[in-house]
Amino acid sequence: MSDSDNIIVDTTTRIFQDLCDPQTVNNAADDSWKQPLWDALEESGLTLAWVSDELGGAGVDITDGFDILRVSGSFASPVPLGETLLAGWLLSRVGVQPPTGMMTVAPQRADDRVTLGADGALSGTVRQIPFAANAGHIAILAHAGDAPVIALVAASDCAIAEGLNIAGDNQNTVTFDGVTPSVVKPAPDGLDARSLYMMGAAARSAQMAGALESALQISVAYAQERVAFGRPIGKFQAVQHNLAELGCEVAASAAASSSAADALQTALRKGDVFDQQIFLEVAAAKIRVGEAAGKGAAIAHQAHGAIGFTKEHILNRFTRRLWAWRDDFGGESAWAVELGAMVAANGADELWPLLASR
Amino acid sequence: MSTAIQFDPIRLPSEAEALRKEVRAFLQDEIAAGTFDPNAVAASGFNREFSRKVGAKGWIGLTWPKKFGGQERSFLERYVVTEEFRVANAPVRGHFTADRQSGPTIMKYAQDHIKDDVLPRIIRGECSFCIGMSEPNSGSDLFAASTRATKTDGGWLINGTKIWTSGAHNSDYMIGLFRTSPSTKENRRHGLTQFLVKMGQPGITVNPVVQMTGIHEFNEVVFENLFIADDHVFGEIDMAWKQATSELAYERSGPERFLETFYVLPELVRVLGNKPDTRGAEGIGRLVAQLHTMRRMSVSVNGMLQAGKEPTLQGSLVKNLGTLWEQSLPSKARDLAAFSEADPGNRATFEELLQFATMIAPKLTIQGGTTEVLRGIIARGLDLR
Ligand SMILES: Cc1cc2nc3c(=O)[nH]c(=O)nc-3n(C[C@H](O)[C@H](O)[C@H](O)COP(=O)(O)OP(=O)(O)OC[C@H]3O[C@@H](n4cnc5c(N)ncnc54)[C@H](O)[C@@H]3O)c2cc1C
Repeated sequence: MSDSDNIIVDTTTRIFQDLCDPQTVNNAADDSWKQPLWDALEESGLTLAWVSDELGGAGVDITDGFDILRVSGSFASPVPLGETLLAGWLLSRVGVQPPTGMMTVAPQRADDRVTLGADGALSGTVRQIPFAANAGHIAILAHAGDAPVIALVAASDCAIAEGLNIAGDNQNTVTFDGVTPSVVKPAPDGLDARSLYMMGAAARSAQMAGALESALQISVAYAQERVAFGRPIGKFQAVQHNLAELGCEVAASAAASSSAADALQTALRKGDVFDQQIFLEVAAAKIRVGEAAGKGAAIAHQAHGAIGFTKEHILNRFTRRLWAWRDDFGGESAWAVELGAMVAANGADELWPLLASR
Repeated sequence: MSTAIQFDPIRLPSEAEALRKEVRAFLQDEIAAGTFDPNAVAASGFNREFSRKVGAKGWIGLTWPKKFGGQERSFLERYVVTEEFRVANAPVRGHFTADRQSGPTIMKYAQDHIKDDVLPRIIRGECSFCIGMSEPNSGSDLFAASTRATKTDGGWLINGTKIWTSGAHNSDYMIGLFRTSPSTKENRRHGLTQFLVKMGQPGITVNPVVQMTGIHEFNEVVFENLFIADDHVFGEIDMAWKQATSELAYERSGPERFLETFYVLPELVRVLGNKPDTRGAEGIGRLVAQLHTMRRMSVSVNGMLQAGKEPTLQGSLVKNLGTLWEQSLPSKARDLAAFSEADPGNRATFEELLQFATMIAPKLTIQGGTTEVLRGIIARGLDLR
């Protein structure tokens, strides 16, 4: 939803405008509109944006991929674009050509673990895997002993439990016990479960930043239009001030998420150097954007009155996804505990040098 | 409408990082030499000798044109200098206002002979400025200012009172906003003019106003038939309202807008120790995430300024978020430290800093434009006004 000179952003925006217009899809009787949307994303190469040319992908910069996700978030995208991007990235990193179709990644939670046995079969149960029930394949960051490996499995081989997140999108517990992956490769040096967790967190930060942009846009438009006491509600100072605060949250989200995206691009270019600086960037993005999601959704709803509380109004497409996405790949509290522990362990005198290094 | 709020992830260039090293080394030397104490947060912050040293380093007017003695270096380098001085609690009051605000105004609106006279002195750290805008009956509503400038032979006679004027008691000049005409029906902002006022002359009385902390920082400044020559008028008569707004992005987006209580944070980390409990760790983590984000926003705005843009809305967003954050930091630190060890070593320092930060917290969302005023500006940027 921005006018940029970035062709990737423009292409993504156009596809979502045409095939995922929030009002149109909100009115739709069923989910039949999702397949044409996915097909268009796939045809344009966006779903494999982070896969190298040689492996059949678009091979775009890491930051461009995060831009795609920000735009998708600004349309409250309910298809596994972020998950497929992440899966493609993992597979591409070990030289595996990704399959076509929807994919997702596992694990999503820091405390879940998938193990590759000596017999070549996987075991383990992972919770809250986004879109597992929609995906054809799942890319897994598993462990053979202590060594991280990247594996690909067909979703149909796994036990996938029913489950929905707060936005009504699939989010499933998946059990891999006895499943033999079609591909297993040792992860490159420096890349492990943490790397996926960080990439996932940054992806959700970008999506939330996009959704917040739209929540602001929708709210401002509504405030200009809705009349009470003889004037548009946007003329009331209390409403203006609330929306100004929403503007601040949008601004902070844009800054934090784009900074993390930029930092990850550098980390990956340097050969998977996920040091404290990169950790600060990603943690700060997930924490700050997650906070903005909660605060921003509340302000947007308040500005809309009762109409925003209906299924019929598009606002809930954004706010429910903001609430869902802030929990994926670690919520604010989880990241904050880790970041705080790191800062404390470094000691007080190292705090400013760390901040200033970014 | 302008809801596309962008903050590009600008990184500080290597020359800025090199400069940071120089600045840190300088500050360490000055601390070691006893010039200032980084924990003496209640100190006046005015130290002419220190400002001269900073000037000698070339760090005042860093971005200004060479013909005035500036370095023509980037806003991102200036950013680094500003934040390192702030974090060290260095005494910058002798030059900071001139460097941030007054100098750029002079460059834009003053006559050449005044530029040639004043700017080099600012750059040498020998010339400090105060800002005479607020009056007893004109604060947020700046355009209600009523201190009069009446035309006389070869100049103007000033009568009236400015108040809350920070540093007026040790400033060489004020940039004052005075009424030269009544406002008009069509434009209530009409009729105010900016003047350069030389302080310390007959006709100016500076009366201290002691703050609730016990500190004398701002003043009442009374003008009685003070004569100001015509060549000390800045820009167009009656048109100050047009001149004031273009500098806001500079004034609003700097690191001084979120670092004023920073000293509390490292002491909090020290109080909580190397292995804080979950509550303490989470609290620190959130504060650090918020601060990092604000800093990244501020760097981004300075990058936009460097690129010749006018990120006025972004500047207001940063100041609003930043001042609210630095204001809430002391109370959050107080909460988080509530269950820490009885004697973590730096308890006394922490308590002392916390006490001071708690006391000064209220001013942070008032000085330089209140939260309400900033929200109004942001709302205008969102097309709601
Ligand atoms: C530490 C400190 C240093 C200062 N230094 C200087 C200085 O160097 N030079 C200088 O000129 N001034 C200085 N000031 C003054 C400062 O700019 C003013 O205090 C500020 O602009 C607010 O004006 P006021 O105090 O008259 O409050 P008022 O304008 O009377 O406001 C009181 C309250 O009403 C609210 N309010 C006012 N109008 C509206 C509105 N339209 N809508 C909603 N709410 C509104 C305000 O937000 C505030 O909460 C300083 C102030 C402080 C605290």
